Amino acid sequence: MTFNSKWVQLAVLLALIAILPVFFPSGYYFRVGALIFVNALSVVGLVILIGYAGQISLGHAGFAGIGAYACALGPEALGLHPALAMLLGALVSAIMAALIGKPILRLKGYYLAVATLGFGILVSMVLTNERSLTRGPDGMEVAELGLRDFLKGVGLKLSSGEFWYLVCGLVLIVGVWIALNLFNSSTGRAMRALHGSEVAARTVGIDVAQVKLQAFVISAVYASVAGSLLSLQNRFITPDVAGFMHSIEMVTMAVLGGVNSVLGATLGAAILTLLPQVLTVFAEYEQLIMGLVMILVMIFLPRGLLPSIAAKLRGRGE
Amino acid sequence: MDALMQFLLSGMTVGAVYALVALGFTIIYNASDVVNFAQGEFVMLGGMITVFAHAAGLPLPLAALIAIVLTALVGVALNKLAIEPARGAPVVSLIIITIGASIVIRGAAQLIFDKQLHRFPSFSGDEPIRLLGAAILPQSLWVVGGAFFIFIGLWVFFTKTLTGKAVLATANNRLAAQLVGINTGWVMTLSFSLSAAIGALAGVLVTPITLVAYDVGVGLALKGFAAAMLGGMGNPKGALVGGILLGLLEAMTAGYLSSQYKDAVAFIVILAVLFAMPQGIFGAKRTERV
Amino acid sequence: MKTAITTALTTGMTTLVALGAISLSAPASAEIRLGASVSATGPAAFLGDPEAKTIEMLVEQINEAGGINGEKIKLFLYDDGGDPNKARTFATRLVEDDEVTAIIGGSTTGTTMSIISVAEDESIPFISLAGAIQIIDPVRANVFKTPHTDRMACAKIFTDMAARGLTRIGMISGTDGFGASMQAQCHDIAAEHGIEVLADETYGPQDADMTPQLTKIAKTEGVQAILNPGFGQGPAIVTRNKAQLGIDLPLYQSHGVASDGFIKLAGAEAAEGVRLPGTALLIADILPDGDPQKEVVTTYKTAFEAKFDQKVSTFGGYANDAFLLMANAMKTGGADAEAIRDALEATTGLVGTTGTYSFSATDHLGLDLSAFRMLEIRDGGWALAE
Repeated sequence: MTFNSKWVQLAVLLALIAILPVFFPSGYYFRVGALIFVNALSVVGLVILIGYAGQISLGHAGFAGIGAYACALGPEALGLHPALAMLLGALVSAIMAALIGKPILRLKGYYLAVATLGFGILVSMVLTNERSLTRGPDGMEVAELGLRDFLKGVGLKLSSGEFWYLVCGLVLIVGVWIALNLFNSSTGRAMRALHGSEVAARTVGIDVAQVKLQAFVISAVYASVAGSLLSLQNRFITPDVAGFMHSIEMVTMAVLGGVNSVLGATLGAAILTLLPQVLTVFAEYEQLIMGLVMILVMIFLPRGLLPSIAAKLRGRGE
Repeated sequence: MDALMQFLLSGMTVGAVYALVALGFTIIYNASDVVNFAQGEFVMLGGMITVFAHAAGLPLPLAALIAIVLTALVGVALNKLAIEPARGAPVVSLIIITIGASIVIRGAAQLIFDKQLHRFPSFSGDEPIRLLGAAILPQSLWVVGGAFFIFIGLWVFFTKTLTGKAVLATANNRLAAQLVGINTGWVMTLSFSLSAAIGALAGVLVTPITLVAYDVGVGLALKGFAAAMLGGMGNPKGALVGGILLGLLEAMTAGYLSSQYKDAVAFIVILAVLFAMPQGIFGAKRTERV
Repeated sequence: MKTAITTALTTGMTTLVALGAISLSAPASAEIRLGASVSATGPAAFLGDPEAKTIEMLVEQINEAGGINGEKIKLFLYDDGGDPNKARTFATRLVEDDEVTAIIGGSTTGTTMSIISVAEDESIPFISLAGAIQIIDPVRANVFKTPHTDRMACAKIFTDMAARGLTRIGMISGTDGFGASMQAQCHDIAAEHGIEVLADETYGPQDADMTPQLTKIAKTEGVQAILNPGFGQGPAIVTRNKAQLGIDLPLYQSHGVASDGFIKLAGAEAAEGVRLPGTALLIADILPDGDPQKEVVTTYKTAFEAKFDQKVSTFGGYANDAFLLMANAMKTGGADAEAIRDALEATTGLVGTTGTYSFSATDHLGLDLSAFRMLEIRDGGWALAE
């Protein structure tokens, strides 16, 4: 688990993203791929918060909502380029996370869960109710990023699906790279220390409140960027992006794949994004199967899919 | 003045609905430290089964009884199949398991019943009772009365009965409870069946007011959870006060400030209370497994 | 190091297996491919559920009767759960993977808007089942819709109010997409109908009691009538609460609750005298024999209620009309997207359950107010108010 491991993980992810399109029979698969990458990005953020630092959030969709609506509103209201609007969204999310994180992160367990849940609901309520700004629950259109046309101009013609597959894939790789670097940095070690025991972390001189806040802010930025990419890609956004169910979905993806593992979380995102697509044949039973998968994985593979499977493959069956 | 009275009555009605859901969380949490996010589905099942049993020709009380018993069985199954096998899992895993369970129950209800809204007749008619210029439906009194009845029942159960004390002991220290001869497996079964039965009873009481469909559980669980945390999880008094407080807050905000932001005000107050009292209003300090 | 490689390989393999699973459902053979993405589950299920059932039923019927010009219709139907993000993915799947020539769907405005960008990019004719005016205004080449706009519902209601001398009203709207959109549209056109909105309240889609909002409206000086845009349980609870408070003002509901279920939920007594703009479908039984819509609404109602043991709703009617329009266009257009689009735009005088459709290059809704009927609930049933 050293230097090598980090580069191997990155290389595998890069290879997967680069090679998979060879097997894609149609443009629809690029769309699904891009969605997986966007979901994986916000889930990698949750790995930092839940997996590294041991804190919980049921309101991270709120940050995705801020990022998404920044890209919708920035160009329209402030005349910003969508790319700049995305940065602005990330900045706003970071500031919000820092402001609410300070008091909220003193809470533990279910109390932290309800507080973050409250935050998420507040964001989605503002997006729903401030019609004059956000057009309300029916949603609003989002400006074109413009990069695809630019690429076409220099001779690189990509379909919308291919383009977003590429962009989201690249951003995901950057996100994973940052998360893996963080894991072994002093901040990352401090996070993992307080996950183990807050008291112990405090005795060795770690500023527990500060480290928790860092994890919260970083994960908020991940969610925000993912929200921005989603809204730019869909060209249309509704307040659902900030909804409670989206928060739950994010946490489920993280825990399902393996909340301590960046690649595991990516796998979790892939599975939960693919599942509804595979299950269209049994649309009636989709909910039933989704729920069962959640329960069964948590019972039989409590550390998440990837760590458990990897452990089995190594022959140390746990 | 009569407007204020109406807001109060409305707040009491809605608050009692939340309190009924919140009270259901209490027993399971006390026995196992699990916040059961499928609690809202118990309420839904209570309402839906009663609707369909009643439509099949059974008298309402019998239909309600069947709904409560069946839902209690679902509660036991939930414990045996999903919670027991995952004992000792971290909070986030338990949250996902119970949310997964709620999705399964909802998915099954959608297949077994239908996706329509339903209602059955109020117990004592729909003739409103006038009170100081305001009006309240007799069914609201049933709901408020039901909430108080269950609260007193739970309070007696936890403080006066040996079984109730066994539940608390199991939550405190499972091993120690076993050592003094408590059958902890039985305590868990009992807790889940009681919680589910309370949820189903809540569903029976509120359906004439709120209506029921296969997907009403999420919203109810969310509000009930918030109410229980506001009052302090695990304490029946907290559930009752938290629920009614939440209902009154919403009604007062809708009446005097803005109906658009009544839910927002409710959550802001919850956040504020938690900042000042991290364990809720009546919550006892207890060790959390994170 | 070894750990990392095992881990990485596992990820790779699992992803491949999962992607492989999708392609199992890949299409083959030559027939007319029709795509549909509706919200059969989720918060908009009572829109999408009857829509999905209607489309499946009609495809079955037409195939049993030999198809269109001898060609069978192959239906690809997806449930987007009311999630615009999923709707866009399914639209992409319909176009890129299932290679459909036309799409029906978009139960809500949000899902419709998500499908629109795909349909427009790929030039696939698309008939939406959602209400908002921005779907067809400005006109987009490939996008049509069957329901009346919210704005038309407001106009119909306001015209009826003005005729009864009710010009100062209070509104109580749901904060869901349907309620909020209609609330905004009604505000927009209130003044031109001489209507003044004195009180403007809202409630959440899951709320259990609206007496505070209704009390505020009733206490507002000069209010002569109450209008409640919304769908789901909200309007039933509003109607019951209004009776509970003994508020003696005329109540108008929207087309969002135009179904027999509403009367049952609100209770015949509380719902007595409630008016709403509805379609001919609701009053199939009392339509005079000479009515141009009599035949089409009776046919649909009989078939649907026999097959599903469930009352028809206006929303299923939207899907019925969309399918009639599409099938009609396919008679001339065959399996060619562009020809179907042109045939759709050239549709004139096609009688549906919602009204009589005549599209043009500048009008992709093709309905006017005449198809809306002001209905009143009397003795637990529907009656024509006019």
